[in-house]
Amino acid sequence: MRVLIKSGTIVDPSERLEMKGDLLVEDGIIREIAPEISVPEAQVLDVRGCIVAPGFIDLHVHLREPGREDVETIETGTHAAAAGGFTAVCAMPNTQPVNDNRAVTRFILERAREVGAVRVYPIGAITQGLSGEALAEIGEMREAGIIAISDDGQPVMNAQIMRRAMEYARQLDIPVIDHCEDKSLSAGGVMNEGLWSLRLGLKGIPAAAEEVHVARDIILAELTGAHVHLAHVSTAFSIELVRQAKRRGVRVSCEVTPHHFTLTEEAVRDYDTNAKVNPPLRTERDIRAIHEALVDGTIDAIATDHAPHHPDEKALEFERAPFGIVGLETAVSLALDRLVHQGLIGWMRLVELFSTNPARIANLPGGTLKPGAVADITILDPTRPFIVRSEQFRSKGRNTPFEGWHLTGAVRATLVAGRVVYHADRP
Amino acid sequence: MTREPTETRRETEREPSSPHPRARLKRKDLLGIRELDPEEILLILDTAEAFKEVSEREVKKVPTLRGKTVVNLFFEPSTRTRTSFELAAKRLSADTVSIATTTSSLMKGETLLDTVRTLEAMAIDALVVRHSMAGVPHQLARHLPIPVINAGDGAHEHPTQALLDAFTIRERKGRIAGLKVAIIGDLLHSRVARSNIYLLTKLGASVWVSGPQTLLPPHYEELVPDGLYVTPKIEEALEGADVVMALRLQLERQKECFFPSLKEYAFRFGLTRDRLRWAKEDAIILHPGPMNRGIEIASDVADGPHSLILDQVANGVAVRMAVLYLLMGGTPA
Repeated sequence: MRVLIKSGTIVDPSERLEMKGDLLVEDGIIREIAPEISVPEAQVLDVRGCIVAPGFIDLHVHLREPGREDVETIETGTHAAAAGGFTAVCAMPNTQPVNDNRAVTRFILERAREVGAVRVYPIGAITQGLSGEALAEIGEMREAGIIAISDDGQPVMNAQIMRRAMEYARQLDIPVIDHCEDKSLSAGGVMNEGLWSLRLGLKGIPAAAEEVHVARDIILAELTGAHVHLAHVSTAFSIELVRQAKRRGVRVSCEVTPHHFTLTEEAVRDYDTNAKVNPPLRTERDIRAIHEALVDGTIDAIATDHAPHHPDEKALEFERAPFGIVGLETAVSLALDRLVHQGLIGWMRLVELFSTNPARIANLPGGTLKPGAVADITILDPTRPFIVRSEQFRSKGRNTPFEGWHLTGAVRATLVAGRVVYHADRP
Repeated sequence: MTREPTETRRETEREPSSPHPRARLKRKDLLGIRELDPEEILLILDTAEAFKEVSEREVKKVPTLRGKTVVNLFFEPSTRTRTSFELAAKRLSADTVSIATTTSSLMKGETLLDTVRTLEAMAIDALVVRHSMAGVPHQLARHLPIPVINAGDGAHEHPTQALLDAFTIRERKGRIAGLKVAIIGDLLHSRVARSNIYLLTKLGASVWVSGPQTLLPPHYEELVPDGLYVTPKIEEALEGADVVMALRLQLERQKECFFPSLKEYAFRFGLTRDRLRWAKEDAIILHPGPMNRGIEIASDVADGPHSLILDQVANGVAVRMAVLYLLMGGTPA
């Protein structure tokens, strides 16, 4: 089985490659990249004007299965991922039951094999039941296939337990992914603490709640030698802390979400629960710092924190509605429109953020177009207009703050192991 | 005093004429003061003046909203605001239903949208809503075609309270512009303070606020473009003030560690006669009620000659009549 991807601009940071040309896939493996390839009996994808990149990997999604199949399943979530240009997603463990043991890990992998449109890499819990109290059986989950550990959403407040988790994870050679939030500082908060929380009369989450925790994790990473990956950093000073830590050689990496580089706290102004996220949307100043860090390399990856919720839950009072928005089907267009077309970053950097670096951070196959690698490929059409219409999402979630946005740049096609799992011009 | 029955009937039917006959509010709902412009505020205050006279008549009723239904939906305990809205609607001849519930039915899994649909199905003409959570009136107003009036939402706004406070100040002082107003207490959680700050600065007063630093958050002075001064020194806020407003202290704030004890709060921030010597001699005293006597306000201040706390209550009815009238399109008979 051959697929010939013709006449695109091939961008692969792992090989420092940016060239116009053709790419040949054979039996799910990348065979050859050359200015011109012609082979008989190949399925040809003419992608003139498009970017051909190693498959995008989302380090941070909530697939909701098992437990909340009413809001998302592994099937719908992975189809959303394919439509969004992702060839792999890393699934957070806050399912019901929690992925804190190998039985749940195996279940997720099995479902993904049965119905998944893209690769699914489970992330195991750090502590049993995400309670923050006792370590989960991380080693057994590792055997079963987890690629990282995290208590995302329920950050481990006890520094001693976090230290032990880091030591343990280091030995297993997996990163500890942390949602940084000092719960004692953020308790009861529903949006960024600042002028808008005062205006709206909503309890704020101060930037300090994140920054205190980021500082702690960096100190513990330095102490233990573990690789700590900071999820969805959102404040200017968090980023500065990471920048300083990287300079000292600490094994720390971090990701940012598309909503944190596009929206400010003002998005909440009409008590729009579709702009209620954790960490909260911050300020212009924070967005500027995020942009700088996307450019200078302090931020390693863009991840969506895709978090589908039922419309009934989002229709509750702002204070009571759950945190989180869907992101798989808008992330790439937002990055193209707001980062690439604004001239902040080029193709090489974009692909690093979505593919090369996520693969490196979680030690995943992919992230490269090197001949011999798995043919996970994302093809982008930089000029294709994209209008966000939640009713067309493949995800079950409709909770997006970007409804109706007109963006430039969209996913043209997504290939997993050489198979087209999404094509914009086909149903 | 006895009156002729005919005279009474005539009086019943006499409409107070609107001071701005063609004026209208530029909105379906009254959700907050922040989005109003000064002309709209003045229109409400002037209309309230006309309605105040109705409450002073023997037969306190005009037919303006006859055949219309106003629902008061109170998700948070309140006696004075609910009664005030109820009286206001009744004096305009509207039918009223008051639903007071301390535990929202939403607790049982009902969403706000269910509440909206239920209310819509009952074919009501206006909704007055109070809720302990900020934004609920906005969320309801988005989905309801009828006017929604915010009777206090969480720490966000309490627009009719600010309107009645402004009415009371203007009645006594003859103006708002140029006055110095001191607001003392829990600024962080006070919807009354927010609505008053928006209103009074829009009408040209300067507002000075003070209270415990834990309840004086950063950015507070940015709530309005100008005219708001935040000071940690209560004496500085009070100095030369024409109007002094004490805010109700939610007693549970002590448990949340915003201040060490009620005793210390009263000692450092309570409005006492001694402390009020900083204000102008003829400064008036306001409090949105209900008061914690001996904590945020001393009894001799609350009951003293400069206290207009009961005038505030009386004016509340007139102001709410004006709001209902202007939003519900009451037409002169």
